Amino acid sequence: MKRVLEHAVRWLLTASGFVTSAVILLIIGFLFTEGAGLFREHVIEEGYVLALNRDNPVKEMSAAEIKAVFDEDIVSWKDLGWKDIPVETFRLEDIGRYFTEAELGPQYEHAGSAIAGLVSSHPGMIAFVPESMIPQEAGLNFIEDSTISFSEVIAGPEWFPTATPAPLFGMWPLLAGTLWVSLFAILIALPFGISIAVYMAEVASEKVRNFLKPVIELLNGIPSVVYGFFGLIVIVPMLQRVFGLPVGESGLAGSLVLAIMALPTIVTVAEDAMRNCPRSLREASLALGATKWQTISKVVIPSSMSGIASGVVLGIGRAVGETMAVLMVTGNAAVVPTTILEPLRTIPATIAAELGEAPAGGAHYQSLFLLGVILFFITFFINLCVEFISSRGKVRNS
Amino acid sequence: MNRRHLFISFFAAICLYPQAEAQRIKGSDTLLPLTQELAEEYLDSHPDEEIIVTGGGSGVGIAALPENTTDIAMASRRIRFSEKMKFADLGLDVREVIVAYDALAVVVNPSNPVDSLTREQLEAIFRGKVTNWKEVGGDDCRIVVYSRETSSGTYEFFKESVLENKNYMSSILSMPATGAIIQSVRQTRGAIGYIGLAYLNRYVKPLAVSYDGGSHYAYPSVGTAASGQYPIVRPLYYYYDPRKEAEVSSFISFALSPEGQESVLEQGFIPVRMESPAEARQMDASEE
Repeated sequence: MKRVLEHAVRWLLTASGFVTSAVILLIIGFLFTEGAGLFREHVIEEGYVLALNRDNPVKEMSAAEIKAVFDEDIVSWKDLGWKDIPVETFRLEDIGRYFTEAELGPQYEHAGSAIAGLVSSHPGMIAFVPESMIPQEAGLNFIEDSTISFSEVIAGPEWFPTATPAPLFGMWPLLAGTLWVSLFAILIALPFGISIAVYMAEVASEKVRNFLKPVIELLNGIPSVVYGFFGLIVIVPMLQRVFGLPVGESGLAGSLVLAIMALPTIVTVAEDAMRNCPRSLREASLALGATKWQTISKVVIPSSMSGIASGVVLGIGRAVGETMAVLMVTGNAAVVPTTILEPLRTIPATIAAELGEAPAGGAHYQSLFLLGVILFFITFFINLCVEFISSRGKVRNS
Repeated sequence: MNRRHLFISFFAAICLYPQAEAQRIKGSDTLLPLTQELAEEYLDSHPDEEIIVTGGGSGVGIAALPENTTDIAMASRRIRFSEKMKFADLGLDVREVIVAYDALAVVVNPSNPVDSLTREQLEAIFRGKVTNWKEVGGDDCRIVVYSRETSSGTYEFFKESVLENKNYMSSILSMPATGAIIQSVRQTRGAIGYIGLAYLNRYVKPLAVSYDGGSHYAYPSVGTAASGQYPIVRPLYYYYDPRKEAEVSSFISFALSPEGQESVLEQGFIPVRMESPAEARQMDASEE
């Protein structure tokens, strides 16, 4: 009976281990398949074409050029490699401006030929219309549609996922924003975190430590949206006053909030590492005549370096993946940051803000999954660093 | 028929009956709270009916109509030409009813001396062509432009109406909620943003807007929006298949009744029928 029970428990443990691993791998696989779909999508919205007049020799336009044309930033075909004719844009919604309902027919059966005629008679017109509407023999030119390219996504400077006719999925501003805000967060959190950890491990009395430790760990339990709220109401106006900024929502506000959020992780892990410093090392140092401060700075901190470093890296991991607090205080402007005092937009905030309305399976949806993949690689790399650092420490200490 | 059979058929009837009769309403999240409120009130007086209201966005609601997964589609925009084409392809027709209007107010910090802007100026500001308040008659101060996230229907409507379908500038600050826009505009001197009329409060200053190049300016209020003087107004629609008219007409006529329009006003929207201009003024006064 007892052996059967033991067997059962062993099976249960094995099964739960395998099931968990399988689920994690499935989630990652799902993330990758959804994200990779973006590169199979076309630049121009599915099922639509950009029709041009027959005389127009322009064959290819990048997504950025299409956006500039429909935003009326490019107003002449000369900029696109043709002669100096003004660009006229046409969207299906504009059809009421050119034709009456009667001309289009009760079931809109004449709409296609009407649009084809319109484009034929306007040499500078570019029309964004469904492919199925344009009759075969219309004799129009079309912009050649290519798939979204990898370099345009990774290095593209503009993030306009809902622009029509051609959305722009430049992820560089988001990636740079994420790294930038995390870098400053860790620069702020590091000195504070280490000094608190040293104080708690070496200086503070037992009583003070017993009070401080739960309080700092309490910081971990505050929901991130509360931090975001605090940041928006307190930190943002404060930064505005202190630095005389035109706008308080900035990378620095995000970094400060993230630094506060990363502190407990850094403090707890670093403090544990210092307290685990072998008693023999400490006593040897004191026996050699070193003062308490010399012991701390020359013996305790170097010997627990790997623990401190893993605390720091875990703190970075927390900062990189944080969503809600950052969404509320950084202003979410998708521009490549040049200073920390300007608004910026991070990857997690983008996913959280946009996934709700992105139509499932569309290019926007897939681009958000691709952002998830990028975020996964960043945190994966950080975790590898933790593994590496702590394994090195173990070898040295033993 | 024994008692067990009787019980089973009775049970089945209870299970099936409400589902067969339930009206399904789906679509715009802007209209969702209003429609839920209307449905609740409607059910108070029609306790034997059932209404299921779900959100998902205007596009989702309209796409559900031809698939017959909804009876009424809520939409915060007019049905698109391409969507109408889809209906025409299937040989279907669609009826539209305006249940309420929603106005967007353009707001600035109360310390800003600028009182009014034209649509062209607003477009230039939100597209990043004008970046300093002194270019539109204010102080020498950078313009900080706040917008909603791309997922919001308000974002789309403002883009359509004020920017004429052009894109916002890329360095625009996008906030996750209307409350966050109000908070930011309140604490930032050079700020400008847009919010629903119902959210206006004393911490932000609404601007008068002109769509005719500066000849007529109007401040946002329930009165000016209802009378058509204030331009940034969008109708909110219900769409339905005319073949189902008999089933849905009862609820729709309730929504348009004085009682239904009362809750339209309570939810911060503009009623479809304003009885008289005097009443509108009275409403404005009571709002302040």
